[in-house]
Amino acid sequence: MAKPPKDNFSRRSFLKGSGAAAAATALTTQVASTADAQATATNVISEKATITLNVNGTDHTITVEPRTTLLEALRYHLDLTGAKPVSLDGSSGASTVLIDGKPAMASTTLAVSARDKKIQTCENFAGDAVPQAFVDHDAEQCGFCTPGFVVAVRAFLNANPDATEQQIRAGLNGNICRCGTYANVIQAAVAVVKGGGNG
Amino acid sequence: MAEVKYNWPAADKSSIIGKSIKRLDGPEKASGTAKYTFDVNLPKQLIVQALGCPHAHCKVLSVDTSATMKVPGVVHVHLMRAPKKAGDDPVEIRTQGELIAAVAAETEGAAREGVAQLKVEYEMLGVFVDDQDLAAAEAAGLTKRAGGRVQLETEPDDDVEDEEAFEENEISRLLNESKHVVEGFYGIDAITHCCLEPHGSTLQWNGNKLDVYLSTQNVSRTDDGFAEALEITADDVDVTCEYIGGGFGSKFRPDYWSIAAAEIAKATGRPVKFMLDRDQELKIGGNRPSGFINVRLGADENGVVQVWDSHHWGTTGFNGGTVSQTTIPYVYQPPNYRRLATGIVTNNEPSVAWRAPNHPQACAISQTAYDDLAAAMGADSLDIFRRNLKNISVDGKEDLYDAELKIAADLIGWHTHWHPHGKGDQQGSIVEGLGIGIHTWGGQANTSSCLLKVHPDGGVESYCGTQDLGTGTRTVCAMVLAETFGLPVDAVKVNIGHSTYPFSGASGGSTTVGAVCESHRRAAQDALAKIQELVAKKLDVSADQLQVTEGRIGVPGSDKSLTWKQACALLGIQPLEVNASFQRGTESPLSNSGVGGVQMAHVAVDTDTGVVKIKKIVAVQDMGLIVNPMSAKSQIYGAVIMAIAYSLFEQRINDPTTGAFVNSELANYRLPRLGDIGEIVVEMYEPESERARGVIGLGEPPVISGGAAISNAICNATGVRVPVLPATPKRVLEALKKARV
Repeated sequence: MAKPPKDNFSRRSFLKGSGAAAAATALTTQVASTADAQATATNVISEKATITLNVNGTDHTITVEPRTTLLEALRYHLDLTGAKPVSLDGSSGASTVLIDGKPAMASTTLAVSARDKKIQTCENFAGDAVPQAFVDHDAEQCGFCTPGFVVAVRAFLNANPDATEQQIRAGLNGNICRCGTYANVIQAAVAVVKGGGNG
Repeated sequence: MAEVKYNWPAADKSSIIGKSIKRLDGPEKASGTAKYTFDVNLPKQLIVQALGCPHAHCKVLSVDTSATMKVPGVVHVHLMRAPKKAGDDPVEIRTQGELIAAVAAETEGAAREGVAQLKVEYEMLGVFVDDQDLAAAEAAGLTKRAGGRVQLETEPDDDVEDEEAFEENEISRLLNESKHVVEGFYGIDAITHCCLEPHGSTLQWNGNKLDVYLSTQNVSRTDDGFAEALEITADDVDVTCEYIGGGFGSKFRPDYWSIAAAEIAKATGRPVKFMLDRDQELKIGGNRPSGFINVRLGADENGVVQVWDSHHWGTTGFNGGTVSQTTIPYVYQPPNYRRLATGIVTNNEPSVAWRAPNHPQACAISQTAYDDLAAAMGADSLDIFRRNLKNISVDGKEDLYDAELKIAADLIGWHTHWHPHGKGDQQGSIVEGLGIGIHTWGGQANTSSCLLKVHPDGGVESYCGTQDLGTGTRTVCAMVLAETFGLPVDAVKVNIGHSTYPFSGASGGSTTVGAVCESHRRAAQDALAKIQELVAKKLDVSADQLQVTEGRIGVPGSDKSLTWKQACALLGIQPLEVNASFQRGTESPLSNSGVGGVQMAHVAVDTDTGVVKIKKIVAVQDMGLIVNPMSAKSQIYGAVIMAIAYSLFEQRINDPTTGAFVNSELANYRLPRLGDIGEIVVEMYEPESERARGVIGLGEPPVISGGAAISNAICNATGVRVPVLPATPKRVLEALKKARV
């Protein structure tokens, strides 16, 4: 189908609306914590956009609100739930995906800005050496952080195929695991390098 | 049929138990296809977002939902901790983040926008959150006695008029007569569970029946919680949890927001997904109490503590408790002690069980005093920790701890790297040091039932209402069945995670591995006995001659044997069904309770910046019979990393004026990252004497003593005690500055 025009949403009015919402609610809630729901709210009238996302090599045409994040689009529209909503500010790394080969947080990327780009989620790497190494080295406990970690390791090793253990320890600090699988993740990443799983 | 004698095969006869088996659900987790509660998308589901109260103490007077209902996409508003209609009494909120109202909408964005449009009238009330300041809490009338115990070798005479005065005098006398006396203050902040999958549910009604996907540690017993709250019966509720994204003791109940989800689903006739957001998860999804302590201890000339006198305090939130006094001092128990506790009421969410409740705090605030005794004497900490093993609270474990201390000391290079406190070499601004902590835990098997089916074609499937928290429970169940039948692990199908399956207890307190080993081994041995009876008849041998090896049942050393399939074909046309149950507390050869463990830390401290780096941590752990060394080792790695988290990084920070929990996002709720963990060495201690005891839970123990070990290592490096954990750079610098004055 034809690509919809790019200008059917406006980042400027999006931001303006957001500020108006915060100001309006400040009247009734005296103390506004930065963490409040208000801070992330928008007051924009939703104008839905029909967009095409290329995910794991397949085009998907979906209708989203301008404020819909890539994470919401993946999870709710495409039922690809590997990328996880752990912290919407991206500080956990749990929603890590590759956009045009580079790691990005799906939770801090708007779906509309991911048009015309190649998106790869954890599900795309099912036969890859990285998830296999996670299984072999038991680099997963509850597993909720695992898909984001798998993508982060894949991206890091793509950029650093001969990474040493020191470099792995220094270069993979964007992902949080609460169960504490880091020791196993290090072993898994080292094993991928040694096993030539980057070729 | 002869009575089945439940047992484990000897170590040299085991083909699967005791071998490292990769977790069966590993590929699903690593490929992102494992479906957690958050991931379940039901057709036409509504997404709920809720308003957490911005104030730590207030009354909610009214909620105006009219603007919210006009937001496109908003379908329903559900009032929670708020007056339900005009004229209703105001609702008191006692901690920031309590949920006032929930908005159900077609999309997450619309739900958030709806929340932002709620107009709430509050009446502000006074706030108290400073859990370290006992005097201020007392002045504000916000303290509660939290118990205590006095144990003295000399008992007061019957005619003593004032027992408290006697105790005071006796403790003073013992301290005065002690060769070495240490006075200290120690503490550990409150932390949160911070489950990466927040608390919540995805659910729907089918007529009057409620189907719930719940992120829970308690699959078998949360249906009751829904039923009670919704005035139905437990048979009307099915709870499913195939995968859970972290629990750590905080996910035993449906929680009031999942009850609200069911009410919203009822009101709207649509499925509902209601998961807390990150800020709410940290504020109300579970926290661990803080603990602060003033200690005086007296020791003899050998550094053996003879008298302990402590008063500790802290907070479990607005219900006003603290760390249990029963665990003070920790593991060590001198012949004379007085331990008093005071709880403080603060405007925080009430604490819930956090991996090894009370133990990590008790260890961190009492074994630090034992290390300060070593420092005061100029003695080797390892000697002091060993000599005091003569007075411990766990009977008969002295030799075990001594053996584990020796192993740990070798692995960390204690005798090479140790130096008297503060007397090591300095490289620029960097000093290094070593520290010790020791711990104990029960880990008794919980109640568990298993339904096992063996099909005439050889297929094996089991059903059990337990859950896999990421500890590898699913894999353990399969290993036990496969071992018993002489089959490979992938030849059996294990089904867990549904409340319709036979009851199995909640996963808390390291009780699950024992529980499922009991129920699955019993079921499998019962089934095998029945199959062996048929095989014996067929082969014309007696059943007790038969053994199971590599897919065959037969008489060893003869050609009299059948394949597993041939044996199962003897069942005829119906599958063999066996139910086996284990009741918690039953004496059993399969499981046991009571473990020890030792951890040692090697740290480097930058005295210019206050930054502490972990160089190495050694964890020596016994756990009876080790079922799956691979997942057991992972558990220990993970627990050590959690200990690094609460020792160096994570803390709940409340603003003293407003009570706000100011670091309730992961950007500033600091957790260790992959580069922060140093080298971790795990040694699982399984001499035959321990293996013979049977299976004992492992989840809690290795998280306990890392705090004391790291704090003691910092003290050994710098010669200065950083009294309160986490030892953040600010606290390290403050302690160093104070010591220089």
